[in-house]
Amino acid sequence: MNFDFSEDQKFVQKTARDYLVEHSDLAVCRAVLESEQPYDKNLWKGVAEMGWLGAVVPESYGGAGLGHLELVLIAEEIGRSLAPIPFSSSVYLATEALLRHGSEEQKKKYLPRLCSGDLIGSFAVAEGLGDLDGAVETRFEKGKLTGTKLPVPDGDVAGLAVVLAKEGSGHSLALVELGAPGVAQTALKSFDPSRSMGRIELRDAPADRLGEAGRGRELASALLDRAAVMMAFEQIGGAARALEITREFTMNRWAFGRPVASFQVLKHRMADLYAAIELARSNAFYGAWALSHDAPELAIAAPAARVAASDAFQLAGEEMVQMHGGVGFTWEYDCHLFYRRARWTGAALGSPSEWREKLIQRLEKQHAA
Amino acid sequence: MDFDDTPQEAAFRKKARAWLEKNAKLRAPDDAADELGEREDAGTIAAAKAWQAKKFDEGFAVLTWPKEYGGQALSRVENVVWNQEEAKFKTPPNIYGIGHGMLGPTLMAHGTPEQKAKYLRDMARGQVVWCQLFSEPAAGSDLAGLRTSAVRDGDGWVVNGQKIWSTGAHYSDLGMIVTRTDPDAAKHAGLSYFIVDMKAKGVEVRPIKQINGGSGFNEVFFSNVRVPDSNRLGAVGDGWRVALTTLMNERVAIGAGGGAGRFRELMNLARQARRNGRPALEDSAVRQKLADFYIKSQGLKYTGMRTLTALSQGQTPGPEGSIGKAVGAPLSQQMAAFALELQGAMGAVHAEDLSPQEGLWQDAYLGSPGIRIAGGTDEILRNIIAERVLRLPPEMRVDKDRPFRDIPSGSVRKA
Repeated sequence: MNFDFSEDQKFVQKTARDYLVEHSDLAVCRAVLESEQPYDKNLWKGVAEMGWLGAVVPESYGGAGLGHLELVLIAEEIGRSLAPIPFSSSVYLATEALLRHGSEEQKKKYLPRLCSGDLIGSFAVAEGLGDLDGAVETRFEKGKLTGTKLPVPDGDVAGLAVVLAKEGSGHSLALVELGAPGVAQTALKSFDPSRSMGRIELRDAPADRLGEAGRGRELASALLDRAAVMMAFEQIGGAARALEITREFTMNRWAFGRPVASFQVLKHRMADLYAAIELARSNAFYGAWALSHDAPELAIAAPAARVAASDAFQLAGEEMVQMHGGVGFTWEYDCHLFYRRARWTGAALGSPSEWREKLIQRLEKQHAA
Repeated sequence: MDFDDTPQEAAFRKKARAWLEKNAKLRAPDDAADELGEREDAGTIAAAKAWQAKKFDEGFAVLTWPKEYGGQALSRVENVVWNQEEAKFKTPPNIYGIGHGMLGPTLMAHGTPEQKAKYLRDMARGQVVWCQLFSEPAAGSDLAGLRTSAVRDGDGWVVNGQKIWSTGAHYSDLGMIVTRTDPDAAKHAGLSYFIVDMKAKGVEVRPIKQINGGSGFNEVFFSNVRVPDSNRLGAVGDGWRVALTTLMNERVAIGAGGGAGRFRELMNLARQARRNGRPALEDSAVRQKLADFYIKSQGLKYTGMRTLTALSQGQTPGPEGSIGKAVGAPLSQQMAAFALELQGAMGAVHAEDLSPQEGLWQDAYLGSPGIRIAGGTDEILRNIIAERVLRLPPEMRVDKDRPFRDIPSGSVRKA
């Protein structure tokens, strides 16, 4: 048994960390958060040049031809640095959707541009409050899409969207170019302004079916499973960084004549946070194994990784603010960057409670079998 | 990343499996391993000794020990492979965890050549059973605060005091004891470590009745017990260092099932129990809770696999291993509490013939507080993670540089 990443994979991670330490300081995240710009264009160009946008795309389509075990470690570093770029939407969702379900023509048309970063992809499922893949009103008929998708992570900046829509009596996935006539994109005020949320309104927008007709819900669900594992690594990266910063702060902040980190109540809470992060990491490792082996176990591993990592990151954000005390609540300190990102990543693929329900449904099926 | 054995592991698994098939019966898939019973009868102990002797004689005992002491000089991973395979067979309970896992390695590290020659092979073959005499009524988490005294008398020592929580002391032949030999020295400096004959005059073993009615632990009283100086392990006053060796060898829970087996039982109970006129499993609050239990259990299981991988790559498991117990122990209590909640008013009944799954969850709820305390409380484990993994400041110690006899103490025992 070898339940760890290889030396080569760890080297990819180290390269990613070194690059992001240099190019994605928390100040880069803050700059996006405090400005009108939706993402950092230089960083986006940079990670494209590093080959990360096409990490798992075959070289023939302009990718780097690596595997998902490399990609999840890059994701962890993206999370650590709170990189303010539409990485998750474009790489974990749109690119994956094309790779798995695109026709040869669709792949040739879009993958090279997604890999180069010229095109940003997004995944448009939700239509308002509640479960991510709840009621869908958007229709796909005769090559045209009509309806409103809200919220769409990075939907304001994307040039291409994979849309879940009704088709006939079932559902299908469809590809729509967002510059096309009949498409209106608006930026929503995001809970984490360093990551975008958008609304996409479609009125007879020309679209192209992706994958088999009538299997849209099933395909969307499987794509979300894959994205959940990659996002889990992002969340774990963010949570671990939040703990490191909090540790440093509490070691240097003195009260009652001693560092506040020496109080058992804080030590124990940091220990609990560490345990939550490591359990999430272990679940995410299993998810990465299932993802990279195309194993049916992904159906169980993905929701487990999703819930554990979302909860760990949320706890990290909350504890980070709390353990910093008053300054943790200031705009000036970076705590709210983590607090916001935890919420954004925890919501963007559907809430943890939605994924808990998915997990139990799948376990019931497994136990019945 | 894979779940396959290396060729070497596979070869050993095959060999172990073949031997086990010849010598034991396969366990039914749903039949959980026999936990060490509460107050084992003489028959159980005799069976455990016979099984150990057979394993030893045919080369399947103390696998990680050096050959000169009767071991097989195998790696810790091969030992885990053995444990995985042995668990699939019906075998007597293991009464050697403390001896082979903790006391043997202590003897190897600190014993004289004469002591090693005298004790280790017999310990390995299991016909001589050992226990650990560390905790005291007023020294648990703060073990170095122990008060059992050993006073020099001619060529030996006279031991007086009381030890507690000694697993298996009632069927043990020998024990390892930490005593205070210099009350004028600072707390950690005045201790010495001995081997003591449990059958010696003045040793009295009394079982402790636990909240679940069982008696797995003992109090052990020492009244003027004579111990020869040749039984001392390490230098006089160096007992703390020897004791640390013992404690460092406390087994990291590796390759454990992670409670996943119990989870299936909990799902079954949720199918059986009713809520709002329907199976409780259809209730959303129940489903959310079950999901969390499952995710934590799996997290523990895969954390164990990460540790095992580190072992197989030749790394020493670090204090990260504390996560398993820090999370696993409260988790088993929480799962049991939730199972009783699912039972409604029947959660207040504890009857094998009436309670679901023969009272499994009632038993678990009564037994689980013990797991949160034994071998490092939840709180001590959090200190270990905080101080040794996260490198946060150690606890302030007001008793550090004072003679032990000047350190104030309360008493936890009723008068």
